[in-house]
Amino acid sequence: MAIARAKIKSVGAAQSPLLGAAMFTPAVLYILLLVAGPFFLAIFYAFSDARIGNTEMHYVGLENFRSILKSPSFRIAIRNSFIFTICSQIVVIVGANILAIALEKTFRGRGFIRFLILLPWVAPIALGAIGWKWILDSIYSVISWVLVALHFYKPFNAPMWLGEPHLAIASVLLVHSWRLMPFSTVILLAGRTAIPKDIPEAAAVDGAGFWRTQFQIIIPMMRPILSVAVLFGLIFTFTDMTVVYILTAGGPFDSTQTLPSLAFAMGIQGSDLAAGAAISLFLVPLLIIIAYFMLRVAHRAEVN
Amino acid sequence: MAVVETRSLTKVFKEGELGAVNSVNLETREGEFLVFLGPSGSGKTTLLRMIAGLETPTSGEILIGGRVVNELSPRDRRIAMVFQSYALYPHLSVYKNIAFPLKAQKVKKDLHKQKVEWAASLLGIGALLDRKPRELSGGERQRVALARAIVREPAVFLLDEPLSNLDAKLRASAREELERFHRRVGTTTIYVTHDQVEAMAMGDRVLVLNKGVVHQLATPTEVYDNPADTFVATFLGSPPMNLAELSDVIVGFRPEHFRPVSSVNGEAVAFRFKVENIEYLGSEWIVSGTPASGKLGGQKVFSRLNSAQDLSLGGTYDFAVPQRELKFFDRSTEKRVEPKVVSWQ
Repeated sequence: MAIARAKIKSVGAAQSPLLGAAMFTPAVLYILLLVAGPFFLAIFYAFSDARIGNTEMHYVGLENFRSILKSPSFRIAIRNSFIFTICSQIVVIVGANILAIALEKTFRGRGFIRFLILLPWVAPIALGAIGWKWILDSIYSVISWVLVALHFYKPFNAPMWLGEPHLAIASVLLVHSWRLMPFSTVILLAGRTAIPKDIPEAAAVDGAGFWRTQFQIIIPMMRPILSVAVLFGLIFTFTDMTVVYILTAGGPFDSTQTLPSLAFAMGIQGSDLAAGAAISLFLVPLLIIIAYFMLRVAHRAEVN
Repeated sequence: MAVVETRSLTKVFKEGELGAVNSVNLETREGEFLVFLGPSGSGKTTLLRMIAGLETPTSGEILIGGRVVNELSPRDRRIAMVFQSYALYPHLSVYKNIAFPLKAQKVKKDLHKQKVEWAASLLGIGALLDRKPRELSGGERQRVALARAIVREPAVFLLDEPLSNLDAKLRASAREELERFHRRVGTTTIYVTHDQVEAMAMGDRVLVLNKGVVHQLATPTEVYDNPADTFVATFLGSPPMNLAELSDVIVGFRPEHFRPVSSVNGEAVAFRFKVENIEYLGSEWIVSGTPASGKLGGQKVFSRLNSAQDLSLGGTYDFAVPQRELKFFDRSTEKRVEPKVVSWQ
């Protein structure tokens, strides 16, 4: 038996360089073709005057960046990217914590409620966003209809959810939060169930009430998993353009543009590939910072 | 006035099922070390958790300091509990762990340092205050858990198998330390364990539980020498008490009283004893075998001897039990009854 096992081992060892490479290749190809390639292409375009439908291309130095930085739409897009990302994370973390606390308790129909809460995450983002587009529509909005029916507004005078800059920003924020909530809830729920029951019980015996137990014991203990939820949430929101694109397409008057949606609008729809590429490069510094923290969390998890 | 008292305390987890704790009445004495002893699933931890307020009783009353506390949350019961896992807060330093109950119970801030240092010095962990729990050994963690419990000066200590996570060697010294600690602070303590050695060594009194029912509440000597029923008789002692059914009673005797006839004085019951197994345990020998004839014929009986060097496997010897060491139990209720004259043949 021992001999047979040793043999298998040696065969495995002889094969492993090839086998390892074979297993590794798809991942490397994927990263090279779909991540590294476009990334370097974007850097290349950002210093050129590439346009869709034009085969000629010239090096223009920092010209694209200079003109972008002057554009008011770009400044709004930067601001919005941060507002959407940070505010939706705050809403999501608070909401997900509340949901996780509620779902931790056993009650009838908990499985069904969990399923319902997970639904926004499972459904394709475009479908969800289209649903919200109808809910927030200027004429057919159910929210407006309810508000009118409750006599908060006169008919035809209800707010234009996606038509007024501030309301549009709030609407996009809401949809982003709705979209991310299930993901964070599931992660936090897992984090909570991983805490031994003894700990909150010890806190109760020690005299801590609900809030003290949550804020001084449970949530600090969940810090690693909480940072995973936040970091993923930051990336999802910061790089997402589907929600903005479907709800407002960046409007009204570019008031809801974000970096990705503006890059798409300029680069693809506006045919100015170089400008689009330059805008998208502004995502990189923040993503590098987030990636650094993610690696640190992963490293800590490994060490512990 | 008893520090802790329970009146027909019952806990049923699933309706229609037998209770985990059934109608338990007990009263602690001021400053005593009371041990809840029972096999796993006997309800001892559930009983402790009800006293702590972590479990709601199905019926019955819990009194602490003469006041019914059924409706009070754990924080309002003036208790401290040490969990089996110690349940230290992993993200807080030892100092902050010990200070947590003070913070939670809104003790004045300027008293914290003094109280934490007092508790830490009582347990000899003054040098560990800056460490995190994961940097501590099992024994140190246990001491931190005890310090966290003592710091608020509770009316009663509840300890849930605090030694079971320590290795055997450490357990003996931790046990001694715990006893010394209890003598020093003198706080009424309830201690849950399934280990009869711990119960006998530490308890002022022992409450023997099985299937949620109290079988006996008495001093360790009383529980060992005069067990209230056959469960207590066989749960305590290793090997357990030998039991034999004789006509209408069950007769029991401890292995250490079943000896070669030459070393038994006075009135005694004698058997021909066939030795089938001999175990050498260093300070003593455990001999098992079967009496060759009479009502006990064929039944396995244990003997505990200081020396079994004269005995050999397969040999048959004359053994005897002094009459006064025989315990009698009712055959149907299995409860202790007065000594009777019985026929062994």
